[in-house]
Amino acid sequence: MSGGLAIDALSVVFGRFRALDDLSLAVDAGEVRAVIGPNGAGKTTLLDVISGITRPKSGRVMLGDLDLTQCAEAEIAKAGVRRKFQKPSVFPMLSVRENLEIGCGADLPAAARPARVTALLGDVGLSARADVTAGRLSHGEKQWLEIGMVLASEPRVILLDEPVAGLSDAETARTAALIQALRRPDRAILVIEHDMAFVEAVADRVTVLHDGRTLYEGGMAGARADARVIEVFLGR
Amino acid sequence: MSGNAETFPVPRRRDGAARLGARIARDPLVAILSAAILGIALCLVLVRPSPYLVNAAGQLAAFAILAVSLDLVWGYLGILSLGHGLFFAVGGYVCAMHLVAHAYAVTGIPPDFVQFMGWKTLPWYWAGLTNAPYALVLALGLAVLVAFVFGLASFRSRVNGVYFSIISQALVYVAMLLMFRNDTGLGGNNGMTGFSLLFGWPMGSPGVTLGLAVASLAALAAVLVGASLLVGSRTGRLMLACRDDETRLRTLGYGTTRLKLGIWCLSAAIAALAGILYVPQVGIINPRVLAPDLSIEIAVWVAIGGIGRLGGAVLGAVLVNALKFWLTAAMPEAWPFILSGLVLLVVLALPNGLLDLAALRLKPTWLRGGTR
Ligand SMILES: Nc1ncnc2c1ncn2[C@@H]1O[C@H](COP(=O)(O)OP(=O)(O)O)[C@@H](O)[C@H]1O
Ligand SMILES: [Mg+2]
Repeated sequence: MSGGLAIDALSVVFGRFRALDDLSLAVDAGEVRAVIGPNGAGKTTLLDVISGITRPKSGRVMLGDLDLTQCAEAEIAKAGVRRKFQKPSVFPMLSVRENLEIGCGADLPAAARPARVTALLGDVGLSARADVTAGRLSHGEKQWLEIGMVLASEPRVILLDEPVAGLSDAETARTAALIQALRRPDRAILVIEHDMAFVEAVADRVTVLHDGRTLYEGGMAGARADARVIEVFLGR
Repeated sequence: MSGNAETFPVPRRRDGAARLGARIARDPLVAILSAAILGIALCLVLVRPSPYLVNAAGQLAAFAILAVSLDLVWGYLGILSLGHGLFFAVGGYVCAMHLVAHAYAVTGIPPDFVQFMGWKTLPWYWAGLTNAPYALVLALGLAVLVAFVFGLASFRSRVNGVYFSIISQALVYVAMLLMFRNDTGLGGNNGMTGFSLLFGWPMGSPGVTLGLAVASLAALAAVLVGASLLVGSRTGRLMLACRDDETRLRTLGYGTTRLKLGIWCLSAAIAALAGILYVPQVGIINPRVLAPDLSIEIAVWVAIGGIGRLGGAVLGAVLVNALKFWLTAAMPEAWPFILSGLVLLVVLALPNGLLDLAALRLKPTWLRGGTR
């Protein structure tokens, strides 16, 4: 349990619209948790709160003793939380290598950076593209580069928002293998995804989100059998 | 541009020299321009053209420094200041105060505005300004202080984009209204003029004119090379990252407020330096230097030259102001229309400024290739 992420009674309100409604969720260290749910369910909003971009109306996000809802984005990142955005967010004017160097964070000594970057280039399969400007990468390459930037600081909590959106089947399979390799006893991983086969391949447990609330939590097989889950996914 | 190979403006060090050279060569335009600028300075010394030309070259250099200071924050950090005239004016006013105080100390004749206001002597905050190094420190320090306070308030409360631009414009406007008051002890409406001495030498003598122009050109070359090294460094990469996606940079653990504040203050100091060099060459300072349209014009120079290329800022400032020198003499009432026409031309035809025209950059920034 220690080292995990505890989301406690989180509510986010945009105007009169409740994007998250008293949501509680614990992602344990060592676990890969998937959050699925229809469009507009509040999945991205949840990651926005965890990473400090959106302030909740009420509730807490605890990482150890630290309440992330009280911290600025950079502090949250320094506490070991990294996030991949739904829209691949890399720095378009910098090379792949420079993007990864920035991903290493401000605290890694300059001398240690080149080795880390070289290893990452291999991990995400971009060694041959190291000196290409990131803005010129294909969509899939950008997804991987961003995953590489997220991994560069060896985070304790990894948040991935739709990491295989827009990828081919082969690319999706590679990404699944990559995420499985990230599993560590002291690391909590939260993946948001629509691709059910992918979720089944990487996640230990799934949380089904609907209208900002938890509809189901448990194994993927259970989710497939759950009547309310089926209704939410098929009813739309 | 001088075809002769001029001395390469790189501080030669045993080991780092090659790397330093390589970093400057990353932007060949900067290398070419700084060599040309030093070449022009050398020509002024050797050829001794008419004082009018020498003076014009020096003033253009001061404007180019101002343009580089804006390009640093706008082109590389995405912060468009429409109030950079404020920092330029801080430098200019403090320099004027030094010149006035110095002349008063030497000649014993009180400045015009002291007589006009019926005062016996200069206000207390003029104390020590006869001392040039103190005046220099005060000018730069004051500009940095104002920039720091304004920047801290804005960046911490995440005032960005258009809002920041508008507030920066309001700031320069408020400063102008303040300086129009006659009781500020800074010359009020009429400003300060009639500077008679520079370091004891008669202002306007060919030697002083030449010295000021050469100093301005040398300062421009130094600022250009320094800024180019900065944007080529790791800090420069963080600046580009912050410009293109500040939230992404923050969520990777970088406090962008400090980065922005640091570069913003540096930019203010460079703008103040431009003001310090400009005022003795033009021979006057008054509140009109704080007019909002001058601050907007600085952005126009940079846009015309090409945003986000330091060399573009220099070219834009020099070309627009050379045209202005020439045309305001020939047909002053036409200048606003010509300037507007230039802006429209750049916006419509050359989105990356004149550098597009020079074909130095064939494609817009975001399409540019991987070789850097
Ligand atoms: N900044 C915002 N302002 C207003 N509404 C928002 C904002 N961000 C998200 N929403 C709304 O909140 C709901 C949840 O959005 P989101 O978390 O992006 O859903 P998803 O589960 O598809 O990632 C959507 O209806 C969306 O329109
Ligand atoms: Mg989403």
